[in-house]
Amino acid sequence: MQDSQNPGPRSLESIRADFPALHQEVNGQPLVYLDNAATAQKPRAVLDAISNYYERDNANVHRGVHTLSQRATDAYEGARERIARFLGASSSREIIFTKGTTDAINLVASSFGGSKLGPGDEVLISEMEHHANIVPWQLLCERIGAVLKVVPVSAEGDLIYEEFQLMLTERTKLVSLVHVSNSLGTINPVRQIIADAHSMGIPVMLDGAQAIPHGRVNVSDLDVDFYCFSSHKLFGPTGFGVLYGKASLLEDMPPYQGGGDMIEEVDFEGTTFNEIPHKFEAGTPHMAGAIATAAAIEYVEEVGFDFVAKQELELLAYATNKLKSIEGIRIIGEAKEKASVISFLVGSSHPYDVGTILDKMGIAVRTGHHCTQPLMKRFGVPGTVRASFAFYNTRAEVDRLAEALVRVSGMLS
Amino acid sequence: MSTETNLTSRAQELVTEFEMFDDWMDRYQYVINLGGELQKIDEGFRTDAYRIHGCQSQVWLQPGSEGTRIQFKADSDAQITKGLIAILLRVVNGAEAKDVANADLAFLEELELKEHLSPTRKNGLDSMIKQIRLYAAAMAAQSQTSK
Repeated sequence: MQDSQNPGPRSLESIRADFPALHQEVNGQPLVYLDNAATAQKPRAVLDAISNYYERDNANVHRGVHTLSQRATDAYEGARERIARFLGASSSREIIFTKGTTDAINLVASSFGGSKLGPGDEVLISEMEHHANIVPWQLLCERIGAVLKVVPVSAEGDLIYEEFQLMLTERTKLVSLVHVSNSLGTINPVRQIIADAHSMGIPVMLDGAQAIPHGRVNVSDLDVDFYCFSSHKLFGPTGFGVLYGKASLLEDMPPYQGGGDMIEEVDFEGTTFNEIPHKFEAGTPHMAGAIATAAAIEYVEEVGFDFVAKQELELLAYATNKLKSIEGIRIIGEAKEKASVISFLVGSSHPYDVGTILDKMGIAVRTGHHCTQPLMKRFGVPGTVRASFAFYNTRAEVDRLAEALVRVSGMLS
Repeated sequence: MSTETNLTSRAQELVTEFEMFDDWMDRYQYVINLGGELQKIDEGFRTDAYRIHGCQSQVWLQPGSEGTRIQFKADSDAQITKGLIAILLRVVNGAEAKDVANADLAFLEELELKEHLSPTRKNGLDSMIKQIRLYAAAMAAQSQTSK
């Protein structure tokens, strides 16, 4: 039954009209934006939320008695409620605002890792991690004498699950894995991973940066201990991210950074700290970022995750077939479960050459190691060309990519 | 003809060649082709010591001379980069080291190549030019002292 609140699925054309940046020419050609895994374009609703905030409600949040400060606080804390609901968290106290995924992982590494891990303890990551889920743990391990363990990846781009199971031991104190690989598109079997880790009492952190734009994530249902994402990949603003953490864990963790807002009382003899989530949010926060993220969530939910998933899977299948039919193209990463990301190489051409020429034809893709140098080494390539699709991309755009690649392949042969 | 004039006339020649193309795709194709004609680097020079840092793709520059004149070789794992360095070498090879050390290589602006390169490529190109000048300056200084 269709109610009046939900007018049903919208046309792709009308959805595209919501994204101003999609409607422009690049090098004399209509832009084909296929770099969504790096950052997504923003709908008008998000841009309006940002400008409305600064035009009307801008004031510093918390502790203010004046009207604007009340309004800003209400909108800011309202955004926290909205994000908590979106993630299925049991309380907004479990939603910590960060600068992004990288900041969130650093927070957990520093605060949880720094207080709960000791010499000889192990942190388990995988070969397909983004540098943001490698380096913070390396720094931690160096500091406290812990050990970083890395689960290998198969030739298809899947986590080698048997290895993961073998590497879970009584020394493992945290598993931190990517939910969806940014380079390969691999969707990891997170439900199984969490169940296996929990059966040994090991908490799990998931880097959800690439998962959150593609489908609904429910942290309570997953029973994940920490989950994080960046707003800008979810059609929201840059410089804003979210860390979900189970309240029981967060309450037991020391603050990450010191400053205003995170304290209860400051004395030169000692300071007591605010309750969660504020304990982890020192300084004036990114108010507009939080509010615009809530607007982005509102927008994506209105478009509907069913539509998002259907559209992206169709594009992925269509593009995979198209690219495979072009001689000399080699797809890197063909995992069983994939998000709408295709990494590939054109013959023996350098990814930069391919990307440069595609740009001349108005097509935006990413080239390079995608901040996953160990994974590139695993596949023996210096980098790849990566096309990543959002729900606003079209089959016609995939056709443009395929035609352009035929031309590129001819030029570089 | 002085080698300084040589340098300028070779640059001018390239500018004229590039003016023949009105399509950027054709210019890129030409850059790629020029890279393909680049004289091969000696194997021992494809090492970190001769790698130009600051390029996203790998570039190796092999310094060399005939008398007091520059005779460089170079290579890259990316074809457009290789083309760009081929353009640079076509202008500087055969010129006096002291002239290359002081050359502003402004002809690149006239090729309009720079504005069509991504910022990372632009930085890479600047690193190549810097390295060419450094080698040239060192050679010029050496020939000065050995006189």
